[in-house]
Amino acid sequence: MRPFILASLLAGGLVASAVVLPRSAQAQETALPHVNWSFEGPFGTYDRAAAQRGYQVYKEVCSACHSMQYVHFRDLAGIGLSPAQIKALAASVDVPTIKADGSAGTRPGLPSDAFPSPFPNPEAAAAANNGAIPPDQSQLLDARAGGADYIYAILTGYVKPPVGMHIAPGLYYNKYFPGHLIHMPQPLQADQVTYADGTKATIDQEAKDVTTFLAFVSNPEMEARKRMGVHIVLFLALLVGVTYAAKRKVWADVEH
Amino acid sequence: MAGLHKSEFKNPVIRWVDTRLPLFTMMNKEYAVFPTPKNFNYFWNFGALASVQLIVMIATGVLLAMHYVPNAHMAYGSVQSIMRDVNYGWLLRYIHANGATMFFIVVYVHIFRGIYYGSYKNPRELLWMLGVVILLLMMATAFMGYVLPWGQMSFWGATVITNLFSAIPVVGNHITTWLWGGFAVGNPTLNRFFALHYLLPFVLLAVIGLHVAALHVTGSNNPLGIEVKGPQDTVPFHPYYTVKDSVGLCVFFLIYAAVVFFAPRFFMAPDNFIPANPLQTPPEIVPEWYFLPFYAILRSVPNKLGGVVLMFSSILVLFILPWLDTSKVRSARFRPMYRPFIFLLVIALVVLGEVGAHKPEGNWVLIGRLATTYYFLHFLVILPILGKIEKPLPLPESIGKPVLGGGPVPGGAAAKPMEHA
Ligand code: HEC
Ligand code: HEM
Repeated sequence: MRPFILASLLAGGLVASAVVLPRSAQAQETALPHVNWSFEGPFGTYDRAAAQRGYQVYKEVCSACHSMQYVHFRDLAGIGLSPAQIKALAASVDVPTIKADGSAGTRPGLPSDAFPSPFPNPEAAAAANNGAIPPDQSQLLDARAGGADYIYAILTGYVKPPVGMHIAPGLYYNKYFPGHLIHMPQPLQADQVTYADGTKATIDQEAKDVTTFLAFVSNPEMEARKRMGVHIVLFLALLVGVTYAAKRKVWADVEH
Repeated sequence: MAGLHKSEFKNPVIRWVDTRLPLFTMMNKEYAVFPTPKNFNYFWNFGALASVQLIVMIATGVLLAMHYVPNAHMAYGSVQSIMRDVNYGWLLRYIHANGATMFFIVVYVHIFRGIYYGSYKNPRELLWMLGVVILLLMMATAFMGYVLPWGQMSFWGATVITNLFSAIPVVGNHITTWLWGGFAVGNPTLNRFFALHYLLPFVLLAVIGLHVAALHVTGSNNPLGIEVKGPQDTVPFHPYYTVKDSVGLCVFFLIYAAVVFFAPRFFMAPDNFIPANPLQTPPEIVPEWYFLPFYAILRSVPNKLGGVVLMFSSILVLFILPWLDTSKVRSARFRPMYRPFIFLLVIALVVLGEVGAHKPEGNWVLIGRLATTYYFLHFLVILPILGKIEKPLPLPESIGKPVLGGGPVPGGAAAKPMEHA
């Protein structure tokens, strides 16, 4: 048994160092506030109501500047929208197409269409934002160390700059952005959206909702993954027990 | 001499095949009745684990390749589509991406096992050297695989590593241009990396075949590091080690599944979720964790060529390890001086890993240099000397009658090197 413990210690140590090493390279500038997200932990799920409100914030605010090109209208089923709702939402956008006579035109969107992008190309996006390209939001959560906490922090981190700090036009002070000067003007204001479910639209609420939605689009498979994971982990745990018992039995007659 | 094989199988179909192509006899000989030392500990699971993991990588890789597009404009999007649109595509990708991490953990433990129990010594030198070839092939495969999703780290990692070849005098720049298929990492680079990433695992498979063939000539080493004396020291591989390997395999899959299902992006750098952008260097270019110690060795030398040479030497030195270690005793259990030095070596490697994750500034430079120095000192100076000055503990007479080091020594089991050593 001793070598077994040694083996597991070594393997554990390798895993631990694998875990610690990459993380330590990305120390955050300002400590992030931690929010208790519905989707955390091995059993966490997306709070449907928050994600739907978040979709509204994305659609009415963020999508003016940020694309979300890998997400399709049909994916909204994952936050609880019905097929009819999805169809209607998709139909509300015009999608460029080539008509039967070969001329360029548009058609109403379908659930299989991707979300439309606000700018035709990166150059146009940069030109409209003082040279900075608003990053695509399809997997923005995974693309930033700190994940959901970081996105929430950015959205709520617009505070008064330190006195005497010079801020060039087109730049904004944000407590959590690396270097503090960000090209994105404060995107959220109180009551910027009107929630259908009556939730009060404070900046904090809007930020939490849109972050939940961004978490969903970044990892739409999460709920199915965790559900499957619980089954598989339990099954494997059982299998470890069974094979270990079998091993004891097979080896019982060997002196070793 | 030509002629049909005399098969001992009763089943007529198996017998028919076996007389013409004695595959079943071979499998039976090499895996079922194969006499195996009966004193293996769980460290001896890791070879089987690595073999299974290679199969997992090939299976998931081939399925991923059916959906992946090796084109600089479409690669990132095709991986997004694998994650979102392909049925269970996310599962394939998470198994494959985390599989590389699990593969390296397993292989590093497997190598540690070899070093601790002296498995590289006569007569297993060639077996060990084939293992080092496997390590090199794995590294090349993993490096090129990491380029495929074409995120920021993919692109810049590829740029940093391919640029190393430019340090070679005279022809260096030509070599990098040739590797890239252009004047920078770009579409041609991605294409050839994909082709090679698909090819190398099958080369690995072949080399692993040789590794196992060599193993079946010499037989396995064991925790005591002494040779098998007779049937009383061994058990047939099946069912004894098939069942013991199954236990290890289940534990391995349990840990693997926990990562894949509950923390699948744990080992993935956030920067690799940003599409490759040749015009924007990420603030820090950090390789995957399994390359960090070697990356630290590379950066511990202020001179580029020197760093490259040292980095490659850090692996090449393993090739000559069987001759650097002058001790006749294999297992560290009976080598009181060697033992602490191996643990120092492991510590040096972990420290190097930590150093590799930091910018080479301040104290990290000094720490990196000290650890690098120790790494080479261990192999090039300490090992050759130790074998000469160390007084090994008494070796047990046989595996069947293990007398653990330090205990009372029955007559005849004095500290004498075993016959092969
Ligand atoms: C007026 C256009 C505009 C709107 C509206 C907008 N953004 Fe941005 N956003 C930008 C620009 C430009 C950047 C790039 C900032 C930079 O790199 O300095 C950016 C960057 C970001 C970042 C990344 C910060 C980083 O770490 O690089 C996040 C997160 C973000 N936006 C979230 C949002 C969310 C959520 C919304 C909707 C509530 C939103 N944005 C609305 C223009 C906008
Ligand atoms: C030794 C075995 C292998 C290792 C160590 C390995 C390693 C890797 C790594 C580290 C990645 C990047 C994962 C990521 O971050 O997304 C990757 C991607 C990929 N690999 Fe492999 N691989 C192996 C075998 C194979 C084989 C045999 C194939 C195909 C036949 C394959 C096909 C792919 C494809 C298509 C990708 C891109 C998709 C993606 O990024 O997930 N791999 N591999």
